Amino acid sequence: MNAELMPYDEALERFDPALGLEVHVELNTASKMFCGCPTEFGAPPNTQTCPTCLGLPGSMPVVNRTAVESAMRIGLALNCEIAEWCRFARKNYFYPDMPKNFQTSQYDEPIAFNGWTDVVVEGPDGPQTVRVDIERAHMEEDTGKSLHVGGATGRIHGADYSLVDYNRAGIPLIEIVTKPILGTRELVPLVAKAYVAQLRDLLLGLGVSDVRMEQGSLRCDVNLSLAPRDVGSESDGAGRHALGTRTETKNVNSLRSVERAVRYEVQRHAAVLTSGRPILQETRHWHEDTGITTSGREKSDAEDYRYFPEPDLVPVAPDREWVERLRASLPEPPHERRARLQAAWGFTDLEMRDTVGAGALGLVEETIAAGASAQTARKWWLGELARRANETETDIAALGVTPADVARVQALVDEGAINDKLARQVFDGLVAGEGTPDEIIAARDLAIVSDEGALSAAVDEAIAANPDVADKIREGKVNAAGALIGAVMKQMRGQADAARVRELVLEKLT
Amino acid sequence: MPDSPAPGPSISRDELAHLATLARIDLSDAELDHLAPQLSVILESVASISGVADDDIPPTSHALPLTNVFRADVVVPGLTVEEALSGAPEQEEQRFKVPRILGDEQ
Repeated sequence: MNAELMPYDEALERFDPALGLEVHVELNTASKMFCGCPTEFGAPPNTQTCPTCLGLPGSMPVVNRTAVESAMRIGLALNCEIAEWCRFARKNYFYPDMPKNFQTSQYDEPIAFNGWTDVVVEGPDGPQTVRVDIERAHMEEDTGKSLHVGGATGRIHGADYSLVDYNRAGIPLIEIVTKPILGTRELVPLVAKAYVAQLRDLLLGLGVSDVRMEQGSLRCDVNLSLAPRDVGSESDGAGRHALGTRTETKNVNSLRSVERAVRYEVQRHAAVLTSGRPILQETRHWHEDTGITTSGREKSDAEDYRYFPEPDLVPVAPDREWVERLRASLPEPPHERRARLQAAWGFTDLEMRDTVGAGALGLVEETIAAGASAQTARKWWLGELARRANETETDIAALGVTPADVARVQALVDEGAINDKLARQVFDGLVAGEGTPDEIIAARDLAIVSDEGALSAAVDEAIAANPDVADKIREGKVNAAGALIGAVMKQMRGQADAARVRELVLEKLT
Repeated sequence: MPDSPAPGPSISRDELAHLATLARIDLSDAELDHLAPQLSVILESVASISGVADDDIPPTSHALPLTNVFRADVVVPGLTVEEALSGAPEQEEQRFKVPRILGDEQ
């Protein structure tokens, strides 16, 4: 099953990677794209449908104005031009996730096109800005969810039948497509991850989507191809060559996986091409658990979808006054936002890059807004939670810890109710889904013992058990107190205020 | 792509077979032989319209000169689960039950 891979560095010596990213974003409108059905995530199956999104005869779609506005705001935030006139189109295919046998989408007339966004990645010589050109952002509708029954893996192959839930069918979806990203060399996996992270922050800032990758409201397809480096005659003079055959890896649904999938495909393409075999133009599946891609179907040509203009929806022609009003109300661009936040928080360049790189910028910002100081917010997210996210191979935003939780934990530390060590146990509880910080402290009995009698007794016990140490302190060697404080903290299972224990030790011995 | 040197649109037997596959219509060899020339005649007849339209007339997709017909983003009640599933030939776990799917997810 595991394909042969070329070592990453060797692959880069021989080939130039070209990257393209397609990101699907579910908008957070109250109702669907073409009908008034609700869009709540996790509702019981088939409780959010109507004749239109079930594709029943005689039903007629009508476009959701807010969805169009969100699409334009996304386009403007990505420095796109907004179409003066564009149509929807039917993308025809037979698959039961769309009961109409077509998906309403846009074809050659996207609402937004020709944009760009700059991302920053950590290069060998420090931070490096890479411009990602945006080909288009178009409006479409999401599909239903299929559950494959029978077979071993829940996938299509080997399934006996499928069960379909149409709650998701018709939820507004924006597909954002980059132009080929060239010349990023060994940074290509980082550029892919940084772009998706930036898109996530940008969409959050616009407030147009929940952008919960783990719930599928932001989904990423990775297009990758390699071109050999040593074909001077085909170079365009800037060291770039004709693009190689690409593969499209579908549903890469975490930031970490985006980076891994790009790296994997670079190594796989390099091994295949070096062995003299061709790369097949195909879709591939990403397997989160094993970190590999496997072959899917051969990619359909666009003409196989027999696109044609949707006759049931009239064209969208946003007047320029509307577009300019939306442009004027855009939130600040990501790079300006980063500069402003860094100044406000007093972070060093390195602290800021780590925060952005961990995908924690918005989380830190919200934690500060919830009352924590900048440095404590950074300490918990970058020092504690980023490590856990790495260890469990989870996105930091999907750990199950919210900015409000972190602010509450820090407030409890500030009040002296818990200390940092106990705070880590509270985070254990939050990750395990045991409730709010206060509930976890109560259930796990984590509060600091403020009973002076119990503390004093524990200090006496420690002094009695360590007479040599006690003598040293009596002789004025105050530094030796650490050993006694440690013994007391151990005795109290960490649930004591170390500063108060120190005071007690010194009171009793000096 | 058709190799036919004939002017105007036509559809080759191979193209017809491909379209039939996309449309999930199972056509026999005899049916392909029979239908391909007929479809070519239909295409040619429809194409004669383009002889009437001049270059300055864009293809029409909508009969009315309307744009920007929108609805407000407001939830309106839809179907109950029972109503939604009432047309399903088979159902299970409150979902539409469909035959095993060959091929791949979109």
